[in-house]
Amino acid sequence: MYETNFHSVSSPQEAEAILATATDAKILAGGQTLIPTMKQRLAAPSDVIDLSRAEGLRGVTITKRKVMGVIKADGGETVTIGAMTTHAEVAANAELAEVFPAMCRLAGNIGDPAVRHRGTIGGSVANNDPAADYPAALLALAATIHTNKREIAASDYFQGMFETALQEGEIITAVSFQAPAAGGYGKFPNPASRYAMAGVFVARSKDGAVRVAVTGAGENGVFRHAGLEAALTADYSANAVDGVEVSAEGLMSDLHGTAAYRANLIKVMAKRALA
Amino acid sequence: MSEGIGARVLRKEDKRFITGKGRYTDDIIEANQAYAAFVRSPHAHARIVSVDASAALAMEGVETVLMGPELVADGIGNIICGWGVTSKDGSPMNMGAWSALATEKVRYVGDAVAIVVADSKALAKSAAEAVVVEYEELPVVVGSVEALAEGAPQLHENAPGNLIFDWEIGDLAPTDAALASAAHVTEMDITNNRLAPNPMEPRSAIATFNEAEDHYTLYTTSQNPHVARLVLSAFYNVAPEHKLRVIAPDVGGGFGSKIYIYPEEIACLWAAMKCGRSVKWTSDRTEAFLTDAHGRDHVSTAKIGFDKDGKIVGLKVNTKANLGAYMSLFSSAVPTYLYATLLSGQYDIANIYCDVQAVYTNTVPVDAYRGAGRPEACYLIERLMETAAREMGVDPAALRAKNFVKSFPHQTPVIMAYDSGDFDANLKQAQEAADVAGFAARKAEAASRGKLRGLGYSNYIEACGIAPSAAVGSLGAGVGLWESAEVRVNPVGTIEILTGSHSHGQGHETTFAQIVAERFDLPTENIQIVHGDTDKVQFGMGTYGSRSGAVGMSAIVKAMDKVEAKVKKIAAHVLEAGEDDIVIEGGAVKVAGTDKQMLWHEVGLAAYTAHNIPEGMEPGLKESAFYDPTNFTFPAGCYICEVEVDPETGVTEVVQFVASDDFGTIINPMIVEGQVHGGIAQGIGQAMLENVVYDEMGQQLSASYMDYTMPRADDLPNYSVHHASTVCPGNPLGMKGCGEAGAIGSPPAVINAITDAIGNNNLAMPATPAAVWAALQDVQSKIAAE
Repeated sequence: MYETNFHSVSSPQEAEAILATATDAKILAGGQTLIPTMKQRLAAPSDVIDLSRAEGLRGVTITKRKVMGVIKADGGETVTIGAMTTHAEVAANAELAEVFPAMCRLAGNIGDPAVRHRGTIGGSVANNDPAADYPAALLALAATIHTNKREIAASDYFQGMFETALQEGEIITAVSFQAPAAGGYGKFPNPASRYAMAGVFVARSKDGAVRVAVTGAGENGVFRHAGLEAALTADYSANAVDGVEVSAEGLMSDLHGTAAYRANLIKVMAKRALA
Repeated sequence: MSEGIGARVLRKEDKRFITGKGRYTDDIIEANQAYAAFVRSPHAHARIVSVDASAALAMEGVETVLMGPELVADGIGNIICGWGVTSKDGSPMNMGAWSALATEKVRYVGDAVAIVVADSKALAKSAAEAVVVEYEELPVVVGSVEALAEGAPQLHENAPGNLIFDWEIGDLAPTDAALASAAHVTEMDITNNRLAPNPMEPRSAIATFNEAEDHYTLYTTSQNPHVARLVLSAFYNVAPEHKLRVIAPDVGGGFGSKIYIYPEEIACLWAAMKCGRSVKWTSDRTEAFLTDAHGRDHVSTAKIGFDKDGKIVGLKVNTKANLGAYMSLFSSAVPTYLYATLLSGQYDIANIYCDVQAVYTNTVPVDAYRGAGRPEACYLIERLMETAAREMGVDPAALRAKNFVKSFPHQTPVIMAYDSGDFDANLKQAQEAADVAGFAARKAEAASRGKLRGLGYSNYIEACGIAPSAAVGSLGAGVGLWESAEVRVNPVGTIEILTGSHSHGQGHETTFAQIVAERFDLPTENIQIVHGDTDKVQFGMGTYGSRSGAVGMSAIVKAMDKVEAKVKKIAAHVLEAGEDDIVIEGGAVKVAGTDKQMLWHEVGLAAYTAHNIPEGMEPGLKESAFYDPTNFTFPAGCYICEVEVDPETGVTEVVQFVASDDFGTIINPMIVEGQVHGGIAQGIGQAMLENVVYDEMGQQLSASYMDYTMPRADDLPNYSVHHASTVCPGNPLGMKGCGEAGAIGSPPAVINAITDAIGNNNLAMPATPAAVWAALQDVQSKIAAE
């Protein structure tokens, strides 16, 4: 690791001030990608700004709809997850589990326990690793990315492999979405890294529209699959997936699997997302 | 005696290891030590045009930057391969020059060009980055078949066509004739995938030069510190042996990769002398992938023929062995004498012929890795047997049993003479434990869940405890493969065992103490094992090839024989009895049938006070021995693997793994089971997970745990481990060796199970989900075509 200046800040504003003046500052939101990259000398930020002590960035809040005093979990609740909420916290959040347990399961299958207790949703979304799990969820859920400057729709935010709509000095503060009426995530982990080789998030909103987002398989990061969306909007069942042609075009081929294998995995994982 | 042979004694060394109190090379800090980093080639094949270290040398805190030409000028010798192999035509092998620091050319990504020494590790790395090397890139070749092709890039001038040797064993004409007459011939192309050893502790070295005494000390992660000293002295000219102390303290795993003397240790010793400071280097994990000797990497074609009754009539094999960019210490022996000599497997085969082409490529050097040649042989013969049985429509276990060697000793046509075994017993024990009879029902039940269930056998035999020194010498080995021991009984009766074996995970501090406890009827807590330091231990050949039990313990037994004789003489003298009447039991030395006795420690004291010992006897109670084995030992067994394949994804789960091993006498069953568990984990790793992958430019695509799949707990089943043993006649304890068997025997069992499940014999290791799925697609397209 190269030498760097370490800052522990108490607010996003404080971080913003450092970002504005430092030559090449990076936000440390959990460090599960940044720290290994720095240790391998592949990144050399002048400054590292740790948000783990910043206030107001952590936790899950749900605007519940209650019927007769009981949480009515049939979709439509607004879920807001602070950027510095760890995967372990999302996985263990009981209220989220009531309105949308698939999100808890997704978080509980990221990496390993060490990763889940340090890594955060904001860090994952800011990094936009093409095989990360959260981007598929947020794209399928038509989520909103909240930053210190603005709100960005997920479909505008994810712009390809490690590319996002974030601008200089912009810090993610939270993500929010409407809990869907139904949805789930099917993930096929890479045997070595256990990132997704194909992760398919399916979400059906209260109005019946189905969005399907795929991570890990595309040559250019997370993407929506129109064929699966159309089929599942018409018939929200595994049978509907069988009839969809998933093309290998634009999918990744590497030492872990061919594009054809990934195309197959997308179908299988889409079905398992519905299970 | 509860702690003697056969007892499940808890490992004495574990208190140190599991409380973080182990003392590894990187834990050692010398006064005024500096840190080394290496400038490594980013290219797989290139000519070095120029090296400019001025910017690095200008950095504050940088001690020195040293390069290959200066190393050569200082007389540091080239790295050698210590086993000469002769080609078919009688010519010696073509060994290309390997300088610890490259001089004119680099031949693989990671090849060391310069050593940088600085005040801190971070500074050394930064300075290494500041060294500017201009390269002229050369064409690259990474595969053995491609490297042998006409027009392939040439690595070494003295190895035309990249051919190191073209060796053969067995008789060609009778084998061809037998195959021509066979009622059935099974022919397969079989690849044994390249593996990275990945011990938990990466390699490390700290070298110190004492100018006043003209003496070097090297702490290093070695499986064989005496061999390291010998080679560093005799071939690399670092210092004569009496001026060089090599210490291998606690070492965190080796699996073969720490047998060899690498460029880094040589460069650290040389740099310590050049700059007058201790120089430490510790590999990081990426460097380990790029520089630790890899294992396996064979490409073979094989034919096996059977008569109409299913008896094997002949076996013919051609193997191309990729040895990487340079010849590592034992690299030539692995694909020859440790491989082709085991091709007979457990079977009585009259005619075997194998030829092996060893090849240079622009990859990391390849050498012995847990099993070393025997996994390659076992995989080849056991896949052939299973596939042949399927082709002939016979039960694969019955076909094997029909061909088993049943009487011993058995001379194979490929050098080895098997001394003992009961292959039927291992097969039956494994079949019962695996409930083979119930497999059809389990398969049907799995099918009802949409899963494909398969069962595969592997009836392995291997040769370890290498071996009579004169025999290996006649086959080209540059060293003798005996072992030494010294038994020191202290005046207070406690015992120190000095052994030339080296423990880097094997539990010698426990098992070696157990055989002493058994012999002298003492608690193991009174016995200390000393190893790993050339200043303390007389000499030793180290630990590899499952030799520490059969060879290392035998040396201890021989030394104990001498101690026992002297103890009895002293006791007979003091107790005024005949030597033949003296017995050692219960912490005392007694006259049998009387109440006359000396306590054990009283004998020790008597030996050292020498007030009352037999006339003419030397004082003291310390004996040493060198043991040279009379033969290899031949562990064998039967492994049965059962898998379930998810046809939608190709994901394969090992649902049952049964092992029945014949290891001869077992000292500590708990430790033996641990060795089998670990070996099978590595075997399943090779079969399903691990693979070193290069791109065509010679870049290692799998050089981190993001892409190299190490076996994890949830990849592995609960093992069912059993023993059906025959005593080895070749050594005093009757031991055979258990360290590598799991890794040798398990890969074919796994692949035979998966190919059974999917109905396609054409499947290579590692059988990743993608590979299994692709093999299933081939089956479906075939069905569709028919």
